[in-house]
Parts: sequence; structure tokens; C-alpha cells
Amino acid sequence: MIPLPLTAPPGVVTADVLASDLGCFPTLEEYVPLVRSFKDDGFEMCVDLCAVDYLEHLDRPLPEGVSATRFEIVVNLLSLSKKQRVRIRVQAGNEEPRLDTLFDLYPGTEAMEREAFDLFGVLFSGHPDLTRILMPEDWEGHPLRKDYAVGKVPVQFKEAPGPR
Amino acid sequence: MSDPTIRVAERVDLLAAETSEGAQGLQPRKKTTTDELGREVGAVLRQSGLTLDPNDVDFERRDDETMIINMGPAHPSTHGVLRLMLELDGEFVLRTKPVIGYLHTGMEKTGEVLSYVQGGTNVTRMDYVSPIANELGYSMAVEKLLGIEVPTRAIWIRMMMSELNRVASHLVWLATNGMDLGATSMMIYGFRERELILAFFEKTAGLRMNLNYVRPGGVAADLPDGWEDDVLVICDTIYERTFEYDELLTGQPIFRGRMIGVAPITAEEALALGVTGPLLRSTGVPWDLRRSMPYLAYNEVEFDVIVGTFGDNFDRYAIRLNEIRESLRIVRQCIEKMPSGDYRSQDPKVTPPPRARIDESMEALIHHFKLFTEGFQVPAGEVYSAIESPRGELGCYLVADGGPKPYRIHVRAPSFVNMQAVPLLMRGGSVSDAITVISSVDPIMGEVDR
Repeated sequence: MIPLPLTAPPGVVTADVLASDLGCFPTLEEYVPLVRSFKDDGFEMCVDLCAVDYLEHLDRPLPEGVSATRFEIVVNLLSLSKKQRVRIRVQAGNEEPRLDTLFDLYPGTEAMEREAFDLFGVLFSGHPDLTRILMPEDWEGHPLRKDYAVGKVPVQFKEAPGPR
Repeated sequence: MSDPTIRVAERVDLLAAETSEGAQGLQPRKKTTTDELGREVGAVLRQSGLTLDPNDVDFERRDDETMIINMGPAHPSTHGVLRLMLELDGEFVLRTKPVIGYLHTGMEKTGEVLSYVQGGTNVTRMDYVSPIANELGYSMAVEKLLGIEVPTRAIWIRMMMSELNRVASHLVWLATNGMDLGATSMMIYGFRERELILAFFEKTAGLRMNLNYVRPGGVAADLPDGWEDDVLVICDTIYERTFEYDELLTGQPIFRGRMIGVAPITAEEALALGVTGPLLRSTGVPWDLRRSMPYLAYNEVEFDVIVGTFGDNFDRYAIRLNEIRESLRIVRQCIEKMPSGDYRSQDPKVTPPPRARIDESMEALIHHFKLFTEGFQVPAGEVYSAIESPRGELGCYLVADGGPKPYRIHVRAPSFVNMQAVPLLMRGGSVSDAITVISSVDPIMGEVDR
């Protein structure tokens, strides 16, 4: 178990027994400062950032004091020197989730945040280029959301001309 | 469609609108923000101002001095459907923007409607050059959630197969890299040697690629009779031939000229971008999950982690070539130390009953049927498990809700993240270097787009 970063507010950090990673549950305001304190603490790399849509599990068990929301952003940090991982789970909100970008701390989150935006519609304030990355530009909806109608929308690409 | 009454100029406008690139593409400098421009010129450590050259973000630079061109998505040297938009000043690359998504098939969405038993067939198609690595990452995540132990023999079989797969993957890289540099014979040699390994895969699992061999609970089948001899032949043949590659490539003046010093990256930049695998090790950071955070039985075998010094193309080549030798060393130790026993867990929850029992026992038949139709239930929870794939850290983030299907399956694909280093590596190089850059990053588009 690594020592907690000094600036981490009490109560946001719990140990994840299953994965033997450290799990953190900051609020939207605590999120970027917490990541910054981890970075100062020797977590050199942001390995992964992804979103989860908990539409069907809004009452899932979370540590005390954390209110579950529909969208969750999961950030995996890695410390090469300590050989330790930490997982940060942010409750991003129910409608129009928006959080601050990690781009200034870890430039490598650029593509991952774009992916989260593309597939889940999570917005990142301060991201340099928040456009769709995997889906076509004019795609409607965010396919990995649980209420996205799979198989019900006719697939159509941009302004496809009719038969010539 | 083509209405003769529309004048030519209007038709050009119409064509431009239909084929417009929109925000995903590379825009003229005046339409780009400083942040984005910095990104496109490959300035990574912008916040500390280390690599941002004021000349690069010159908004006043006239657009008619430069040219924005597309490379790909159907360019033979982009290894799939990667599309790069390059801003060129004559022969030199000023800005680069990778445009991806041409192979996006929604595999993470598909993964949510497949049971845990079927999931392996889905993930194995992501990185199609090293399918075993994907299956392993996925299976280890499921096993962690289930809390089941995998038999020792299964662990060693997994290790041997993933190392063989690493050799096969690096051989494809050597082959295509040689091809990109004009060493067409390397293409033939690389694929010739890889064929040996694929033939062994076929003998073991029934398929050459997309094996679905590593499954939650163990592996799909035991190794075939006489496997030791087959694997020894593979080891001996490929080990000898790596020295032929040395002769063919390593010492060649043309090859060296195009690789040494081209597209360097520093350790600081690599860490900031989150790149892993040979790309990170080429900068001298000895980070290999097999050694740093051992999984399977990697702490019981001897091997060296190969690191580079300069972070250039040649280092990445040397690392991959030497990793082939190290992997073969691990495979040899696997042959020696392969324990006997079960090749899959005997936990009836995840393992179907043996074929012979189905004929005589009704319960076994029902059990078999239930397992392959409904699948097994995985307790609720979330887990991130990471392994070292030939391209870097391959992570699988799995959220289970207690049902037979994953609630969310996210794969942290190494190529997807490594792709972000491309603008940095391209910067200031010529177009012919661009081809070696794509090659040395070694992206597999199936994994980038998923």
C-alpha cells in the first residue's frame, strides 16, 4: 500500500481488494487536483482513461459519501518507480457529463478523452481537439451508451449520393 | 447525379462539400488553436515549454507555401487503414494528424452482448497479429473477477504460446519494416519463419489466427503429442535465422542510414504520452510488465529486458530483433519446465464436462448445454488486468454486474495510445522517413480502431 498523496482529501481513497490497486472516488472538483497530486507523487504515466455508462445500475454500491451517477470516468495511473497502479473513478454526472481535461497533466490522454467523448458523449473542458475519433464525424448519438438503439438506426454515412 | 445544368465551379463546390474532411482532418493553420497546433507539430511537453518552437506555431505562415496531403487510408505502407494528414513544406513534414476509425467495428459494444465464454472470440480479433495476447488479457481479467485458480500447466502453456506469438508478431514487423525500406526479401523471410509458428498454432488450436485458444479457466486444448520436437525445431530454426537478418539488415549501410537517428523520442516525452512497449524501451526505460509486474510464471524464467539508448528507429528495430531471441529463450525454458497436469481449471463453473461424460450422464449434458448457451455468471465488480503484448501494455478493464455477460468491456490497446507519438516522431522528417515512422510504431489497425 502506497502512502496517500498529501493533498488528497480524506475519504476519497479506498483500497480495491480485488485488483490490489488503489481506488479513489474524487468529486468533479477534486478530480484534477487529485490526479495532479498523484503525478507529483511519482505516477509518471496515465495508462488508461475510459467511461462507463451505469444506466442500469444507478444504485450500485460505492464507498460511503460517494453518490453514484450514470456516467463514470475511470482513470488508471501507473507509477514506474513504485510499480504501483491507482484507479480513479469519477462520478461524472447524469445528463451531459462534463469534466476538466487531464491533457495538461498527461498529454497522452488526448486520444482517450476523444474516445470517451465519441462513444459516450462525455465532454472534457479544455481539451484541444474534442472531435469524434472512431465514428464518422456526422454520426448521431454515442454508441456505447446503454440507451443507444442498437440495430434500430439505419446506418448511413455522410451525404451519400444516390445511385448514379 | 451529374446535372449538366450545374456549372463546373458549382460542381467543384459540391464535390468539395461531399468529400469535406470536417473537424477530424487537418485544418489550415489559421483555423487551428494553439493547443491543437502544438499537438500537431508534436510538442508534447508543452506545459513546461520544452519542445514548443515558436516557429512551428507561426499562424502567419502563408498557407500557399505549404501543402496538406493525405497519406492513406489505402496506402500500402500504412499497414492497414491508417490515414495520416501531413502538412508538407516541400519534402519535409511540418504537422501530422492521424485520422483513425476506418476499421472501427464496435467490438467493445459487441463484447457487451456476448457471454464470457464467447468473449474470447471477440477480443482475439482486435490485435490480429498477436491474438493470444488479447485472449490472455481478457481471460486474466475474467479469472480475477471469478477468483479461480488456473492450473500450473495451463499457466506454462499460456506463457509458451504467448511468447511464440510474440516471435510471430515481431517477425511480421521485421518483414513489413523491411518491405517499407525496400528490402523486399525480408518480407518473404519474415513470413516464411512466421509460418512455422502458425502451423504449430494450427496443430494445437485448430486455427492459424484468431485462435480463441486461451479461455477463462485455462486453455482450449492440451498441447499435441510430440509438441516438444515441433517447438524445438521452431526455436532452432528461427534463432539461427535471426543472425541471417543481422547480415541482411543490421549491417547494411542503406538500412542503417535510414534508421539511425531517425525519429527520436525521449523518455520524458514517451512517458508523458503514455506509450509503452518497444517504443518506451527504446528510450532506455526498462519497463516490461513481464519483469516489472510479473504475471503467469514470468518470475520463474530467465530473460533479459532489451532497452535502447537513443529512442530512434534503429533502437526499436534492435529491440524487436533481440526480443525474438529472448522470447525463444523463454520458450526453451518452457519446454524444459513444462509441468504435467490439467490444461484447464477443473472448476465445473467455467469448464465444460469432458466429452465422454456427456454420453453417459444427463447432468453432464445439461451442464454442457447451459455453459454454452447461457454461459457462467461472474460476480459483480470491476477489474483492470494488464499484460505485456508485443506492442506494449494491453489492459482489459472489465465491469461485471453478476450476469453472464460483461456490463462493460474496455480494452486498453497499446497501438491506440502509441499512435499519439506519431506527430512527434514525424516532425521535421521527410516523407520517406514518415514511412519508417509508421512502421516503427507498429500499429495494428484492428486494435487501434477496435
